[in-house]
Amino acid sequence: MSRETPFLRGVHRLAAFLAGYVVLLITAGGLVKSLEAGLSVPDWPLSYGMLNPPRWWEIETVRAEHGHRLIAGTVLLLTLWLMIWIVRREPRKWVRGVAVVAFVAVLAQAALGGITVLFFLPTAISVSHAGLAQLFLCLLVVLAVVTSRRWVSEKGAGSPATSASRIVTLVTATTIAIYVQILLGAVMRHTGAGLAIPDFPLAFGGLIPPKLDFAIGIHFAHRMGALLVATLIFWSLGRVLRFASQERVLVIPASLLTLLVLVQGTLGGLVVLTGKAVLPNTLHVGGGALLLALSMMLTLMTRRLDWVARQQGVAPEVEVFETHRLEQAVS
Amino acid sequence: MKKLSILMAIALIPATLAIGCGGGGEEAAAPTQQADSAPAAAPQQAVTGGGAIAGNAKYVNGDPDAAIGMDADPVCASLHPGEVHTEKVVADDNGNLANVFVYVKSGLEGKSYPAPSSTHTLDQIGCQYKPHVSGMQVGQKLVIRNSDPTLHNVHAMPSVNKEFNQGQPFQGMELEHSFDQAEVMVPFKCDVHPWMSSFMAVLDHPFFGVSSEEGSFGIENLPAGTYVLEAWHEEFGTQTVEVTVADGETAQVSFDFSPGAVASAG
Repeated sequence: MSRETPFLRGVHRLAAFLAGYVVLLITAGGLVKSLEAGLSVPDWPLSYGMLNPPRWWEIETVRAEHGHRLIAGTVLLLTLWLMIWIVRREPRKWVRGVAVVAFVAVLAQAALGGITVLFFLPTAISVSHAGLAQLFLCLLVVLAVVTSRRWVSEKGAGSPATSASRIVTLVTATTIAIYVQILLGAVMRHTGAGLAIPDFPLAFGGLIPPKLDFAIGIHFAHRMGALLVATLIFWSLGRVLRFASQERVLVIPASLLTLLVLVQGTLGGLVVLTGKAVLPNTLHVGGGALLLALSMMLTLMTRRLDWVARQQGVAPEVEVFETHRLEQAVS
Repeated sequence: MKKLSILMAIALIPATLAIGCGGGGEEAAAPTQQADSAPAAAPQQAVTGGGAIAGNAKYVNGDPDAAIGMDADPVCASLHPGEVHTEKVVADDNGNLANVFVYVKSGLEGKSYPAPSSTHTLDQIGCQYKPHVSGMQVGQKLVIRNSDPTLHNVHAMPSVNKEFNQGQPFQGMELEHSFDQAEVMVPFKCDVHPWMSSFMAVLDHPFFGVSSEEGSFGIENLPAGTYVLEAWHEEFGTQTVEVTVADGETAQVSFDFSPGAVASAG
């Protein structure tokens, strides 16, 4: 299949650009929440009954909310363009399907954004808006990765020393864990529990909060989730370096993930220590999206290498080596 | 590279369009109407006779009201050359406390008081709500005006009545509303300018007042009887006192929100 799949440079670049742009969009959404500016533009889809309210660029809250809408509108148009381009040029049916789903997702996302404004930010809708944004980002990462030259070319097989099968489950679990962690963070933000535990890194001066209500519970769950995600990312990097150190396409995202999770943890701490200052609070949201995108990229490429290796019957060298060591140990 | 440039240009089209479309709608502003308003006192009612309640509210602490920074909107900042305060705790050097809402909480059961024909006005001026604390009756017409040369959104957040959030992008715009159930208090906020807040009580009778900057308040034409009077303050909560009103006389009450103090009637 991969021999027959053309590399569509323009489609790939558009998808990659759009994925990056959606990280910016999600960060802009984080800014809206950090400023509590979600209702500063009370109507939807227009803003104060017009395309562009007066002096919107000068007023902090309106700039955040209306700017978020402008970026979102741009994303919607670009996604429409990407979908049309892919449907017309892409031979793989499933990729066309992903493009259509991505466009449906951005429409649903816009609707959720409108509903949450018109109904005064109900928690369930706001959290859904945050959660769907990340799924939409994942769909764009899928499109960017599967239209890449590396994916459609024979190079996808990887080097003989690669054993992607040893990493697939771990990096997939990492991606899922990051998404769940982002959802926990969204619930925490939208229920006003961001400072429910007022100190950091300890919780009320101890390792475990002395009492648990919903706010403290969701906050503490987010902190524990951060530890789990960081552990999975460090573990993933170790496995990538051990089993696929020749594969830059895996080493680079795994390394970036490791670096980013440290930054993300620092930002999370700063959110608490600064009493939810706007800058760390907003960057923490953007950092979460970037983590998810990188992890999704790593997962896809790992799965691709594994799949191609299986198709071509490449024996996982390290597995054989380890099996041999096991046999030696037994004997 | 050329394709990338085209991509970037197209990506920015919506933002460019939006920037180009802004700020041209001044002519869409609604005409200003001067509504009859008595912002910080009970509206005039067709209630006569009876007795009255007069009193004052105190808060002796000395903590100054916190200052507001309006830099988030340059127009708001330009409207205040001097320092602006939150109006949350407005007390003078003698401890006279303003913005205390005093009303008859109980003792009027079974009596009906129709909504007055006068309007109650909530203005947005200097990027602050005026009045900061007020009262009106169920069914009475409320006019909310934007007197500022900047945009506001009016976000009422009642617990019993229906929440609403409406934009007023231009100076002079007004919107009308009425509440259909009694509720103490209905908070108002402007999400554009987070420092803006107001509290409005909606009652099914006209017997309420708001303490002035001298801390004084009054309730008139109250039928003779014994009532529970409640004083509400946004920072200090509520105090209640039982008071007996006789025809043609004025009962004196006082509320002291200083630490350890209590309300008294006499």
